[in-house]
Order: sequence, then C-alpha cells, then structure tokens
Amino acid sequence: MHPKAIILVGGPSRGTRFRPLSLNVPKPLFPVAGKPIISHHIAALSKVEGLKEILLIGFFEDSVFSSFLQSASREYPNLNIRYLREYQSLGTAGGLYHFRDEILRGNPEQVFVLHADVACTFPLIEMKKFHERHRGLCTILGTKVPRESANNFGCLVAKPDTNEVYHYVEKPESFISNLISCGVYLFDCAIFEEIRKSLENKKDNVETDIYGREIFQDGNKLRLEQDLLRPLAQARKLFVYETKDFWRQIKTAGSAVPVNGLYLEQILKSNPEKLAQSTPNGPEIVGAVYIHPTAQVDPKAKLGPNVSIGPNVVVSKGARIRDSIILDNVDIKQNACVLHAIIGWDSKVGCWSRVEGTPPSAHNSTMITKNGIKIQSVSILGKEVSVKDETIIRNCIVLPHKELKQSCENEIVM
Amino acid sequence: MKALILVGGFGTRLRPLTLTMPKPLVEFANRPMILHQIEALAQAGVTDVVLAVNYKPEAMVSILEKYEEQYNVKITFSVETEPLGTAGPLALARDILAKDDSPFFVLNSDVICEFPLRELKKFHEAHGCEGTILVTKVEEPSKYGVIVNKADSTLIDRFVEKPAEFVSNKINAGIYIFNPAILDRIELRPTSIENEVFPHMAADHQLHSFTLDGFWMDVGQPKDFLTGTCLYLSHVAKCNPGSLAHPNAGYVHGGNVLVDPTAKVGKDCRIGPNVVIGPGVVVGDGVRLQRCVLLEGSSVKDFAWIKNTIVGWHSTVGRWARLEGTSVLGDYVTVKDEVYVNGGSILPHKSISSNITEPQIIM
Repeated sequence: MHPKAIILVGGPSRGTRFRPLSLNVPKPLFPVAGKPIISHHIAALSKVEGLKEILLIGFFEDSVFSSFLQSASREYPNLNIRYLREYQSLGTAGGLYHFRDEILRGNPEQVFVLHADVACTFPLIEMKKFHERHRGLCTILGTKVPRESANNFGCLVAKPDTNEVYHYVEKPESFISNLISCGVYLFDCAIFEEIRKSLENKKDNVETDIYGREIFQDGNKLRLEQDLLRPLAQARKLFVYETKDFWRQIKTAGSAVPVNGLYLEQILKSNPEKLAQSTPNGPEIVGAVYIHPTAQVDPKAKLGPNVSIGPNVVVSKGARIRDSIILDNVDIKQNACVLHAIIGWDSKVGCWSRVEGTPPSAHNSTMITKNGIKIQSVSILGKEVSVKDETIIRNCIVLPHKELKQSCENEIVM
Repeated sequence: MKALILVGGFGTRLRPLTLTMPKPLVEFANRPMILHQIEALAQAGVTDVVLAVNYKPEAMVSILEKYEEQYNVKITFSVETEPLGTAGPLALARDILAKDDSPFFVLNSDVICEFPLRELKKFHEAHGCEGTILVTKVEEPSKYGVIVNKADSTLIDRFVEKPAEFVSNKINAGIYIFNPAILDRIELRPTSIENEVFPHMAADHQLHSFTLDGFWMDVGQPKDFLTGTCLYLSHVAKCNPGSLAHPNAGYVHGGNVLVDPTAKVGKDCRIGPNVVIGPGVVVGDGVRLQRCVLLEGSSVKDFAWIKNTIVGWHSTVGRWARLEGTSVLGDYVTVKDEVYVNGGSILPHKSISSNITEPQIIM
C-alpha cells in the first residue's frame, strides 16, 4: 500500500543543451548546492511517509549510476533505490509501462513520477494530501510563470474552485494559461490501465492529415505529457496542486547557476548550519554559500551569494566568487574574479583573471542574443580548462581540455 | 628499428570529430590517421613503435593490438602524466629508444605526406651526425618558422621564426630521425624540441635537413584536413589510380574520388573532384559532392549539395540540404531537408532544422 517513486533520468543522447558539462557527467548527476541534481529529488521523496522504493528509469548505461546509487543507499538506508535501463526509447510513458511489473510489485497504491531536469521544493507531502481528497487519477504539480515564457512549457487550464484540469497543451504556440506543469506527478496505480488504453488507441488510430497521408509518429513511443495527460484532462481525471515556491527547469548548462542559487537560499532558510558561516578569521561570506569540507578557501577570499565550492577546490588569497558553481579540484589563483560562471572539474583560473557571465534577465531563461546569435549568458568552462593570468573571459562557453591564452568574449571555444 | 609518434592530447583542434573519436583513429582517406604512419614505419623496417600520449583511450588500445599483428610491430603506449611538449616524450621513452645504437624516427601524428622514410634513413646514416629533419618547401614562409642551411650544404645553420624578409622557404615537416645520442640533450620535463633542442644541435653542427619532394600537410584541423585530403587523393591518382573510383564511372566528375566498396551511390549523382566516401555510406539520387569527406555510416539524401565539408559518422544530410564553408558534422548529426549550413561546426547528436548562414558552433 506504500507509494513508490520514479525519477525519469533520460539518456546520453539527450541533454545536448547541457553541454559542455554533459560531456563529462550525465546531467542528473551534476551537482547543484553541493549534491547531484537528483539527490534533491531523493531528499524530498525520503520524507514521504511509507515510501520505501525509488526507481530511476532512463537509457544511460548501467555503470553511469552505480557509484551514485551506492552512496545514496548509504545516506538513506531505509530506501531501496535502483536504476532500470530502457534499451530502446519508448517515450516517457512507454518506459513506465514497460517496467509496470517492477513498479507494481508489492501493490503500491500510488506512484510519484518526477522528471530529473526540474528543481523546486518538491511539496510531495502536500500533493499527496491533496491527491487523497480528490477522486482523479493524477495530481500534477503546477506553478505560475510570467505570461511571456508560459508557452515554453506544458500549459494547464483548471477550474479555480476544484483545481480540476480540463485543458492541457504541451508548448502551445499562442497563450493558453500561465499555470504550467512542473514535471512532477502523483498517479494512482490505475494509471497503467489508462496507458494500456492509450497504447491501443495509438495502434488503432493512425492520425492522418487533410490529404489522408499518415502523420509521422515516433514508432511505438508514448509520451507522458502529450499522449497521457492530454486524454486524462479530457476525461476529467487530472488535478493540479499549485506550488507558490520556486520552480526552475534545468535544460541548458547555464540554468544550473540560478538553480544552485535557489537551492542554496532554501538551505539558508531551513538548515543554515549546512552552509558556510562568516567568521572574523575566515573568508568573507555573503548570503548562501556552500563549501565542501575538503576545499581550501583562503581567509582573504570573498565568496557569495549563491556560490557552491566543490571537493578539493583551492581558492587563493584575494579571489572573489559570486553566483557561481566551482566543481571538483578547481584551482582559483590569487585575486581572480569569478561571476555568474561554472568552472569545470580540474580547471585552473589564473591570477587577476576574470571569468564572467551576464545575470539572466528573464525567468527560466539563460540565453541572450548577441549579433543575432543566441548564446548562454552564464560563462562555462568545461573540464580541465586553463585560463591564463590577467585575461578576461566574458559570456563564453569553453569545451573541455582547452587552454585559454588570451581574452575572449561572446564565443563558444571548441 | 624504433620510432616514436607524438600523439599528444585530446586533438581539440579537430573537434567536433575528436569529441567522439580519438584523433589518431579519425579516418583520413578511409583509414585511421595513425595507420598511415604505422604502415610507412613498418615498410621502412621499424619493429618498435612508441605512441606518446597524454591520455590513453580504451578504444585505441584494442585497435592498435590489431595493427601490431597485421604489421608485425610492437606498439607501446608512453603515457605522460603532464604534457611534456615535443621533446619531453623522448626522454620518457628512453628505455625503448636507447635500447640499441640504431637511429630512431620521430613523427608528429598530424602530418600526412609520402613518408620517404627509407631515403631519410639512408641520408641520415650517410652524414653520420646526430639528427636529420625532414623539411618541406612552402610558398609563404613568413607564416612559419623557417630553416636556413649553411651555404651549399644540408647542414642546418639556424632557425628563423616567422621571417619578415625572405631567408628560406624550407620549413620543419615534423618528421625526424635521430641517433640515441640526442637523448643526452633532453631532460624529463616539458620541453620543446623545436625551440630548446634543435638550436643547440645546429650550433654543434649535428643537424641536417632532408628535403621532402611531393605533398605535405598538417591535417590537425578541419580546413587543413580537407586540403590534405585533396593533396593525398591527387597523389593516389598518380601512384595507385586503381584504388580510386574509375573516371568513367557515371558519377565521377573531375577525378580524385575514393569510394569504399561497401558504400552505395544513387542515380544521377555528380561526385568530385576530391571526395572520400566511407564504409556503409549511402548517397541518394541526384546528389552533388565535391571537396568533401563522408565518414562511415553517414547518409546523404536525394538532391543534396555538399562542398568543403566533413560529414561525421552516422550523420544524415537531408534532401536538398546544402553544406559548405568548412562545415563539420560530428557523430549522429541530422541536417533536415532543405536546410543550408555554411561553416557550421555541429556537435554530436544535434539536429539542425534551420539555416546556419554564418560560421558558427552548434553545441
């Protein structure tokens, strides 16, 4: 009777927008606020009463998650966390259906389904309470976004009094609603019967265009949003629980920076002792800053707000870091300045050099347009990049293993 | 005999191809780059090959084991823990290079030429000094460091970096033969052979040059990879025309077309000059190809037009698509029907559905 949870982690050919970071780590394991993206999901799931099993579903190789699963099992001894690999891409709903026996083993009543590439406070307990009050098959976590960005997401129209969703459109061309799907769902297990019906429908009704030609459909793939939620809305079995807390999508590599900041601010409110504290003899700390215990930060450095410093990082005297993620083993030399940036594993940032991005202007967007070319506003150095002393790197994406010997701006360095 | 090939690091200049394939295994004229060198070395009587690398990709190990057997050579990986430049790797491989008194070859892995290694060795043994540099003549020496010989001699007098006025048109071709005595000049630390070792050898009158006839190219970046392909195909057209597509084959236009036997070419195509089509490639009907390389498993749909482009492994170019301007598609890239790409560097697994009109990296 216990609920179970699924985290949809995707696969290696996806996540190209998370380059250059996904060239070295699968996106679900990229660290924000000191731990892998999906650890935040797992932390929230661990608080749901009776939940004992979490299944990661995706098409990465098995070895990708093995060490993560080991350490997650140590951290949550009461949770059984496993990875189920899809060998062919079946679509998000198709993948769930493929593993239905595994999911339904032990007769859970409900299943949480979480996309790996979202960040929020995951109010799962509240969702569950709400779900048990209505008689629908699915509760969807919703949030309101600015009107101009709404059509990048799955848009919901719900009855204000009952929160019953009667219209669902994935990425509409025109404005439908500013209430959108967060990619976090709670299903009754009866949903598998609905998926079975959808699959059969899909087989029977080949959609045709006005000339009677078959519209191209992606084989036997069944998508969670378009193929399952839309019919559920039509059948009035879908309800929305709206969160007023933050929510972000993690698509581009640059979006990890605001997400890192939001998670850090949340920790600052809930568990400030987990973050770095300003001390008279220590480095100057502003706002929410996470420093891994193995990192060495010089007392004359200034960090924050919204900074995560990874394992074995060295931050030298006079360095300044703000709104940034510094990954494992990075060496930040004296008097260097890192703003709105991600510095990749084993990289070196030279003395008096400056690695800088532009603060994002719009909600859930980390792209800016320069000379007609869209580039990420956050500066990102891939793994093992070195930045020469006294240079400035502005709004650049640098692929792994590059040596930057001169300043550059608004550029992808391949 | 022994040889060392300077492979180095991640081949970042040849990205996006080297994001999925280690540079020595990228096919040049349908054979891995390193194979051109190993074959030339084996033919010159080399039995011991050292690969100087910064990292050792697993993919390379198994393939090179195959070549060891095929060419009856022993291949050793010499892995640097920090990049040692162009001379340091010689010190690191000292055990192999100095195991007997015979001279050894050193090759830069990016260089493509006719590899006249037997002649180089004969010349080297005749003059008896410590080293010989293979040199090639270039039209615009001011872009390079040039080599100046002593009057009427093959002995090297000095090196001039980017000369403002003409002093010589000979440049270092990145291929050498040395006596083991050179190793006493090199310490195990990051060192440039060109800047820190050769000038001393020249001062000691221990360094000769041997002029390379025929083509030469450093193919370490896409633009030069394409130029090098043209030079190589022209060379093959002279020496071994039977290995190219027959000029009378309906689709061949202007010659220099190399087609793997497992590739399929459709009807009404016009292909050439200077085209390489790899194994398993499928070219549709009415396709126009010139000065381009289609790597293994790629597919070009009907009526597409491709020039000055490298199409990466398993990529698909749509119908009526047009690619030009030194575009490079990585592994598994899709260019949709009717799309125009000019100078696009497209990273693996990307799908291009709108025009790229100016040179640009699509990440």
